Amino acid sequence: MSLGESATPLGRVRGLGSAREGGEHWLTERVTSIALLLLGTWFIASLLLLPSLDPATLGEWLRAPSGAVPMALLIVVAFKHALDGMKVIVDDYVDDDGNRFAVNLVLLFLAVGGAALCLFALARIAFGGAA
Amino acid sequence: MADNRSRPLSPHLTIWRWGPHMAVSILHRATGVVLSIVGLAILTWWLTAIAEGPQAYAAFNKAATHPVGLVVLIGLTWSFFQHLLSGIRHLVMDTGAGFELDTNKRFAILTIVGSVVLTAALWIYLLGARP
Repeated sequence: MSLGESATPLGRVRGLGSAREGGEHWLTERVTSIALLLLGTWFIASLLLLPSLDPATLGEWLRAPSGAVPMALLIVVAFKHALDGMKVIVDDYVDDDGNRFAVNLVLLFLAVGGAALCLFALARIAFGGAA
Repeated sequence: MADNRSRPLSPHLTIWRWGPHMAVSILHRATGVVLSIVGLAILTWWLTAIAEGPQAYAAFNKAATHPVGLVVLIGLTWSFFQHLLSGIRHLVMDTGAGFELDTNKRFAILTIVGSVVLTAALWIYLLGARP
């Protein structure tokens, strides 16, 4: 017998039953992980295949669509996956409702801010002309 | 919301007997946190430095090639490979496969062996064999 089925309406509003959400979050974490499997492998392989890691070579790499587009995807997907994963850990270990909300809010702002910084830097590299 | 003390609790780290499967499970979380915070911070710094130009990149490069920077980067690479391989293990387990005790244990040990081998191979190439 599960609580979700047996809970009275009062029990349900007190949060004693199933939350009826979270499936989307769980699935998104898996989908982004498969994307990162590809993008992460691309990233490491690219760095190893580049003739050198000086800024001129890196800039040239990230100015070409074959470098800029996967890098933009990597930035967005990596920050999203990190945020989803950190939320699982915070939800597991931060007991107090207020603290949990605050930590999740800080992580959300950090992830969105970090992704924006990275995308802006990438845009400057890709469209900024000679660096 | 008042928390209900009679709700079931999942056993804590101190209660489980340590084994490869359990170590890999907690390593997956630990490496995820490291990648989310340290990894994404370094990615942001790196991209910003390339965008800023040679002087900013030289500062990044100086930190990255400093012994402490190298230890951080090698640790980060290992975290990446460990998280990637144990992530694949989790995707397999999500399908309901690989839960037999010896299969599960072997798969867990393989992720650790794999992450160490890949990290060593990558850094031997980067620091020594790279043309």
